[in-house]
Amino acid sequence: MNRFAIALIAASALVSVAQAKVIAVNPGPDVQEAIQTALLDAKPGDTVQLAPGRYDLTDGLSLDINDVTVKGAGTQATVLSFKGQKGAGEGLLITSDRVTVRDLAVEDSRGDGIKSKGADEISFINVRVEWTGGPNEKNGAYGVYPVASTNVLIERVTVKGASDAGIYVGQSKNIIVKNSRAEFNVAGIEIENSINADVFDNVATHNAGGILVFDLPNLPQMGGNSTRLFRNQAVDNDTPNFAPKGNIVAGVPTGTGIMIMANRNIHVFDNAISGNQTAGVMVVSYNQNFTDKSYNPLPRDIVLRDNRIGKNGWDPKFDGGSMIAKQLGGSLPPVLWDGIVRFEGLPDLAQVRFSDGPVLNLNLPAPGQVDKARPTITKSVGDAKIAEPAAVVLPKRQADLSL
Amino acid sequence: MRRWLAGLAALICLGGSTPPPGVALEALLADAPAPRLSDYQLFTDPAGHQPNAGLTPYGLNSPLFTDYAVKSRFVFLPPGKAAVFTKVGVLDFPVGAVLIKTFAYPADMRRPNEAVRSIETRLLIRKTSGWVAQTYRWNADQTDAVLKRAGARVDVAFIDQTGQPRRIDYAIPNQNQCKECHQLDETLTPIGPKARNLNGTFAYGEGQENQLDHWVRKGLLSGAPPLHQVPRTARWNDVSAPLNDRARAYLDANCAHCHNPRAAASNSGLFLTLEENRSPALGFGKQPVAAGRGAGDLKVGIDPGHPDRSILTYRMASTEPGVMMPELGRTVLDQEGLDLIRQWIGQMKTP
Repeated sequence: MNRFAIALIAASALVSVAQAKVIAVNPGPDVQEAIQTALLDAKPGDTVQLAPGRYDLTDGLSLDINDVTVKGAGTQATVLSFKGQKGAGEGLLITSDRVTVRDLAVEDSRGDGIKSKGADEISFINVRVEWTGGPNEKNGAYGVYPVASTNVLIERVTVKGASDAGIYVGQSKNIIVKNSRAEFNVAGIEIENSINADVFDNVATHNAGGILVFDLPNLPQMGGNSTRLFRNQAVDNDTPNFAPKGNIVAGVPTGTGIMIMANRNIHVFDNAISGNQTAGVMVVSYNQNFTDKSYNPLPRDIVLRDNRIGKNGWDPKFDGGSMIAKQLGGSLPPVLWDGIVRFEGLPDLAQVRFSDGPVLNLNLPAPGQVDKARPTITKSVGDAKIAEPAAVVLPKRQADLSL
Repeated sequence: MRRWLAGLAALICLGGSTPPPGVALEALLADAPAPRLSDYQLFTDPAGHQPNAGLTPYGLNSPLFTDYAVKSRFVFLPPGKAAVFTKVGVLDFPVGAVLIKTFAYPADMRRPNEAVRSIETRLLIRKTSGWVAQTYRWNADQTDAVLKRAGARVDVAFIDQTGQPRRIDYAIPNQNQCKECHQLDETLTPIGPKARNLNGTFAYGEGQENQLDHWVRKGLLSGAPPLHQVPRTARWNDVSAPLNDRARAYLDANCAHCHNPRAAASNSGLFLTLEENRSPALGFGKQPVAAGRGAGDLKVGIDPGHPDRSILTYRMASTEPGVMMPELGRTVLDQEGLDLIRQWIGQMKTP
């Protein structure tokens, strides 16, 4: 009787497991159709399991079903190569909710690597995205690219060679980027027009710029705010900027550790910042024309504290930078601020608290007017009390995916 | 004996006056797509040239460019059902409506009705749960088309309008890619049959007639105001129409299904619907956001007076994934469309 009851329980457990199935895909001649069909056939709860091997794709892949995991056997073992890609703007596109991509690599996609658009609870874990030919302006723009997404987890992700940003989170909310590595990209990690992001324990090295937090006009989600950057290494960002000229990141000077442009309530602490020839930390206004009245081009409520700042700023690569460096005896202090606290038509004064320094304040009269700089150097700048945002909390199911 | 009788009955049916079976509404409304196009009985011949009862051919003033494919379009409405007029956006189609579009290539574009090879037939079916998109790939013998969900490439060769041989690596979209273009607010929707884009004449078997008039007269459309009150999308290739109207119609048909605040490219902030009138949203002086190398070293979407400095034309002129726009639906460039947009930007006054 007892045994019978146990068997019954076991059987019913099997039934519930059977509902979430594993769709296995192996490398072979028709992998394009095989993977895409699996991504179409998956039901919520299913895992699409990609066996070890190299998959040569000819077109973009896409997933539009909720609650699906796409899983490989490791970032060296399962490689999706898009070298022969003939169409689509990215390697893998995800447009559904509660999707996890893990344990695989995407190589040489012609456009972006992996993009999610309008996805809730999107997770990228132990993923490598790489352009294998090294930095090249013909590489795709973004490696891992969640946009207009909510609850974003990026963990143990490596991106190399992106011609814009390796890890790029745009117009999203509630974001964690951790234990990841970005190298040989134009920008290593970029958080843009986003709200509530924690970026920590990452390494951004050998990019043109290490970690960027931007807010740009004329976009559906503006007013980016509340990002914490901590315990990251923004070191030796020394790859000459190879972005196509029109891109906003083409304006990131080679050798920038951390750059904040516009945006509000950004806290930068406990990071190691060194080996960046332009600046360790650069805090600047958006300096292009815009017509959007609701856009604020100033960085404000910015806190810098307790960072370990090494050698930076010995050969600044922005217009007018070398002249200013010359005036200052050859190099710039590690923290650079354009010093703009007031913008026509906006009521508030921008506040900062830079406890780390020395700080070069350019005291520009308006965004971008470097020729009118009145540089001053001080040990620190500002003592405004600026409350730190609370830690980002992801939904439990998603948080449980973390190590 | 019994078999012989059955055979005789079949013969009588064929020779007699029994009409061919109608469109298989049940198959259309089933949850799962039918494996073959013929299962729906939308056509009465195996090659899919003869529409069954209930199908009406239609055209669009300005259609999407798809690698020079010749498109034949039909709308099917269940008996007694009509679409409801809407002034903005696509008409409101009833459950059971089907939009049928066959993509085909004549061997020689200068003789468009001869040696025509059908590549795929796409269906948008209005089920009770909403619209569903499927595509069917034609077999080599052109006797039926088979459901194709994961996309495919098809080698297509033809002689173009100028007499040059062309070869195209035609892309049949996968099911998700259908939705990438056909969505508003993450819900699948048709793109073409808006009142303004149907508001033009069509050569029916019985003669030329304005399509909206025809649909009203045949009971396919209800609630339509008098024709003069209906907006009209210009024909992009009608040189007698104002250049601005043609260019905006072209962008509306080729870009605005994604570049729309409610669609796939909403995050770009570039919106190209005919109804859009904010100049940065249309690309004027607008910097690229996530274009990557698609920006091609250029600074703005549209630089008035300077097509060579405008990202719009740069991306239209490319066939490279990651640069080309649209991202889906073409593999070669639309030279005539590009010429139109270049001319439009070129004649703008520089600010």
